[in-house]
Amino acid sequence: MLLLQVDTALIIEKVILISVILMGSLGIAMYATWGERKVAAVMQDRLGPDRAGPFGLLQPLADGLKLFFKEEIIPDRSTRFIFILGPCLAMLTALMTSAVVPWGPDYTTATGHVVSFQVADINIGMLFVFGVVSLGVYGVMLGGWASNNKFSLLSSIRAASQAISYELALGISLIALLMLTGTLSLREIVAQQHGFWNDGYFSWNFFKQPVGFIIFLTCAFAELNRAPFDLPECESELNMGYHQEYSSMKLGFYLFAEYINMFVSSAIIVTLFFGGYNFPFMDKVAAGAGPMLFTIICILVLLTKVVCMILFFMFIRWTVPRFRYDQLMKLGWRSLIPLALINMLVTGVLILWVFKK
Amino acid sequence: MAIYDILFWVLSAIAVGCALGVILSRNPVNSVMFLIITFFAISGHYVLMNAQFLAIVNVIVYAGAIMVLFLFVIMLMNLNADVEPQKGQLVQLAGVISGGVFFLVILAAIKSAKPELMDKTSTNIGLISDLGKVLFTKYVLPFEISSVLFLSAMIGAVVIGKKEETKPLTHNGEEE
Repeated sequence: MLLLQVDTALIIEKVILISVILMGSLGIAMYATWGERKVAAVMQDRLGPDRAGPFGLLQPLADGLKLFFKEEIIPDRSTRFIFILGPCLAMLTALMTSAVVPWGPDYTTATGHVVSFQVADINIGMLFVFGVVSLGVYGVMLGGWASNNKFSLLSSIRAASQAISYELALGISLIALLMLTGTLSLREIVAQQHGFWNDGYFSWNFFKQPVGFIIFLTCAFAELNRAPFDLPECESELNMGYHQEYSSMKLGFYLFAEYINMFVSSAIIVTLFFGGYNFPFMDKVAAGAGPMLFTIICILVLLTKVVCMILFFMFIRWTVPRFRYDQLMKLGWRSLIPLALINMLVTGVLILWVFKK
Repeated sequence: MAIYDILFWVLSAIAVGCALGVILSRNPVNSVMFLIITFFAISGHYVLMNAQFLAIVNVIVYAGAIMVLFLFVIMLMNLNADVEPQKGQLVQLAGVISGGVFFLVILAAIKSAKPELMDKTSTNIGLISDLGKVLFTKYVLPFEISSVLFLSAMIGAVVIGKKEETKPLTHNGEEE
């Protein structure tokens, strides 16, 4: 079978790429926790963490060490295996999506060897993302159920119904995008958004699918359990949420998985709607700079966009108050799904009637 | 043994083993977990047949949506091994008979199938563009009819789930 005949050089290359991406997402997620506290501090006119290292930059390390050294408690009446499995699944699904994101353009070495900055270019990249998102709820559900605590159970039921409700609108908004791009491969979607201006219009999908983007973004907030949709960890109603019985690094995994999810979904949003690693006047830059420099610039551009997206997530969290649960469900079922359906129909009509593709 | 065969046998072993685990484990949550692993193994088989679209749809629909709902129900009912309801003799007998009939049908289908028809190296039918073309040209009528079936199932669920028409209660519990 052709698919499985791979050479050793490719495997080594991919292993290096995967390790770099894993370490990178962990590092960025770590500093996202610091960033979140700093953003909150700035928005609330406070200083934020400033004791560990300059500007409190060592704070994430201190937090991590603290979690590692805490006593680990597994509740007596819990389902032990599933209790341990929960945070592992949360972490696993958080990290899996980064496999299909194209982090940079192909780089051709002097010997003619092409290095791809994407772990796997599968022709169903967009669906893969959707599949992993739909699995993401298991970590929360199983953890909450296995804790044998009624608040945890309520919280995990909330998380599951929220995820299922918002997945629908998310999927429909992706269909509109799919009709526009004609492909599911994230690599091709990025390639179609080359540069910034093409054929008299912006080439980024954000300008072609603004409604789809808003729906996707709202659903991303809900899927990530981020404020204003962080109902599963609503302290005032559920004490702490699905991770109430967790302690030590298992709690850390749950908290950390949220930040990794935020990083990876920012990367997905940037890839789908903001042109990935493309930037204005990239052809001129490519002609001026060497291929190595150009690749590095592209990766840096992507990371900059991702950081902007993460900052946006944080601004929303510290600006908008939390929804009530019935408001959340009403927004999902009565506003976002009809809006996504109308957006899909309008997109289809425009493609067939106006652009006659 | 080629890597294809190794993967095939490993995936098959996982699929059959976990399928047995579904029916043999006493705890319903464990059964659900085994079933999820079975779906993943079957998705692996689809990938081996170069049907990436089917593989991911299998994960999205079964592992991602249906099993979440299963787990949801089991969690809400809080079923455990010690409170598992015992079925009556008649129900057990009916289960054995219907299961046996289903097994016979499957056996007959497998016996009449011709495995050599499937060329595992060159088939592209599972890729999304080919699948879409086949669905909207050759099988367009069955495809549309099945969508009507889903619509009717959805309406049926809404009708069953609708609240019964009773007089609304006032705040102190008296009928208006």
